[in-house]
Amino acid sequence: MFVPSMMRNAIPVLLAVLMMAGVARAELRVDITQGKAEPLPIAVTDFFGAGAEEGRIGRDMAGVIAADLQRSGLFKPIDKRAFIQSDTALNTLPRFGDWRIINAQALVQGRTELVPDGRLRVEFRLWDVFAEQQMVGLAYFTVPDNWRRVAHIIADAIYKRITGEDGYFDTRIVYIAESGPERRRVKRLAIMDQDGANHRFLTDGAELVLTPRFSPTLQEITYLSYRGNSPRVYIFNIDTGRQELLGDFPGMTFAPRFSPDGQKVIMSMSQNGATNIHEMDLRTRQSRQLTRTGAIDTSPSYAPDGSQIVFNSDRGGTQQLYVMDRDGRDVHRISFGKGRYATPVWSPRGDLIAFTKISRGTFYIGVMRPDGTGERLLAEDYLVEAPTWSPNGRVLMFFRQSKRGEEVTEPRLYSIDLTGYNEREIITPVGASDPAWSPLIP
Amino acid sequence: MRFKFLSVLAAVALLAACETAPESSGNAQSSGASSSTSSNSGSATSAVQIQAGSQEDLVVNVGDRVFFEFDSSELSAEARTSLEKQAAWMKKFGGVRVVMEGHCDERGTREYNLALGERRANAAKDYLVALGINPARIKTISYGKERPAALGHNETAWAQNRRAVTVVDSTGS
Repeated sequence: MFVPSMMRNAIPVLLAVLMMAGVARAELRVDITQGKAEPLPIAVTDFFGAGAEEGRIGRDMAGVIAADLQRSGLFKPIDKRAFIQSDTALNTLPRFGDWRIINAQALVQGRTELVPDGRLRVEFRLWDVFAEQQMVGLAYFTVPDNWRRVAHIIADAIYKRITGEDGYFDTRIVYIAESGPERRRVKRLAIMDQDGANHRFLTDGAELVLTPRFSPTLQEITYLSYRGNSPRVYIFNIDTGRQELLGDFPGMTFAPRFSPDGQKVIMSMSQNGATNIHEMDLRTRQSRQLTRTGAIDTSPSYAPDGSQIVFNSDRGGTQQLYVMDRDGRDVHRISFGKGRYATPVWSPRGDLIAFTKISRGTFYIGVMRPDGTGERLLAEDYLVEAPTWSPNGRVLMFFRQSKRGEEVTEPRLYSIDLTGYNEREIITPVGASDPAWSPLIP
Repeated sequence: MRFKFLSVLAAVALLAACETAPESSGNAQSSGASSSTSSNSGSATSAVQIQAGSQEDLVVNVGDRVFFEFDSSELSAEARTSLEKQAAWMKKFGGVRVVMEGHCDERGTREYNLALGERRANAAKDYLVALGINPARIKTISYGKERPAALGHNETAWAQNRRAVTVVDSTGS
C-alpha cells in the first residue's frame, strides 16, 4: 500500500519509552549557549543485531548517529577501535569502568531486530558513564528501509537529553542545485537529508527555479519558477511532484515564504517598477496587499507567532530591514548599521533575525534582535547569502562563494552555530545555493 | 505532460538563442566574413544577410541594450539616446514585439536584484512608451543576477551586467 516516495511520511515510527531513568543527580549536560565548549566525548557502539541484516543495519545506524552528533560540534564520538567492551548486547549493564578508562562521558547502546511482521525494531539506551545511570531509553518500530531516519530521531533524542534543546537531525534541506556555464546556469530544485544523504533532484532544470522554502506543516515547498518565461511563485508537492501556480497576479511574484501555521504564503509582487508585499490565504486563495509604496519591498518573513513580518525595503534610499504588523501597519526600520541589509529571516525561537549584509564590497551573514539591537556577524566572504535556520534556532545554513584571483568558486552550502563556531560545509553533488531547512519532520 | 514540458523547453531555448545573440554576434560577423568568402565568394559583406526587423538587425544596426549605475534604474543620457534609436527602429518595424529584460550585477542579494531588474526593465519600457511606442508591444521580465552577459568578477563586468536588453519576441504572443 505504500509507494516509495511516500514512505517517508506514511510510515509511522512507533515509539516506546524504556524504563526512563529517575531524577538524575549530577546531570550530564552540555550548555549549547557557550561559544566554544569542549565537545562531550561520547561512545556510540554498533547496535547489536543477531542476524547479518540486523547487524549491518545496527552498524550503519551507529555511524549515522555518531556523524550527526559530531557535526553538531557539541559531541566528540570516540573511535570505535578504542572501545574495550565489545559486547554490545543490551541485556546486561555496561561495564562502566571500561568506558571510563577511555574517557567516554556518555555511552550509546542499541539493538536492532527484524520482527516477524517484517518491521524493524530498534531500541537504544543513553548512559551517563560516570553516574552509571540510564539517561534515556527508547524503542521504535519502522520499515527496515527507514533505518536512517530512525538513526536521526535517536540522535535528536540524545541531543535533547544532553543539551535540553530540541535537536535538528531528523530534517531535510531543499536547495537550488547549480550546474553549467554562468551565462546560462541550469538550476534545479533538489532535496536531501540534513546530512546530505538521500539526495534527489525534484525538477529537471528545463526551467529556472530559485529560492525554495519549506512548508512548516506539509510536504510542500514554495519557490520561484520561470516556467513559460513568466516568473511566478509556485508550490511543489514533494510526495506527488505536482507543481501548482500560486495565484493570478499581473506581475512577477517572488520571494515566497509560508506563514508559521502553513495557511498562508507571503511574497513580493512587482508591477510597473514597484515591488510590494502580498499575502495569500492558501484555503480561500484570496490575496491582500500589505505594503503600498513605489519602493522595493521584498524578502518578507513572519515572526514565529505570525504577529509580525520582517522584510527589506529601499524606501529610505538603500536596502534596510523593516518590521511591520501582520496587517501591514506600524512599519518601522530596525537596521541602522553601516551597509545594506537584506534577506531577513526570523528565528523559529523568535529571539533573533538572521540577515545578509553588504558593506564595502563584502557580504556577511549576521543576526540581530527583532528590535535591531545586538547585531553580530557570523560569516563573511565575496558572497554569502540566504541564511536559513535549523528548527531549533541554534544553527544557520547559507551559501558561500569565494574569490580566488579573478575566479569565483562554485556556490556551496555551509552551516554555522549561532555562536559563530563550528562552520561546516554540507557536501552536495553540484553547486548549491538558496538552502532552506525543513522543520523537524512530523 | 512530457510534450508540454518539451515545448516550453523549446520556447526557452529560442529565447535563449536570441538573448545570447549580442554576445556572439561580434564573433559571428568577423568569422562569418572569412567563412563566407569560401562558400559565398564574390558576394557583398555578411551584413546584407541580416534580416531587417530581426534581433540581429537590432543588435548590429541599432543597439539592443542600455546600462545602469550600481543599484540604480535611472536612465543615463547615453541610455536615452540608445532607447531613442530603438524607438525609431520599432516604429519602422511596427509589427515587432519585444521583451525588455532587466538584469543586475552579482553584488546584490537575489530577491532584491529580481525587483531591481524589474525596475530597470520598466524604466527602459517607460521611455520607449514615452517616445510613442505602444506599451502592448513591450513585455518586461527580470532575471535579477541570474543571466550575466559578462563573466568577470570586477567593475568592468558588473557594469556590463547592469543592463536592460531589448529582445525581439519570437514567441508571437
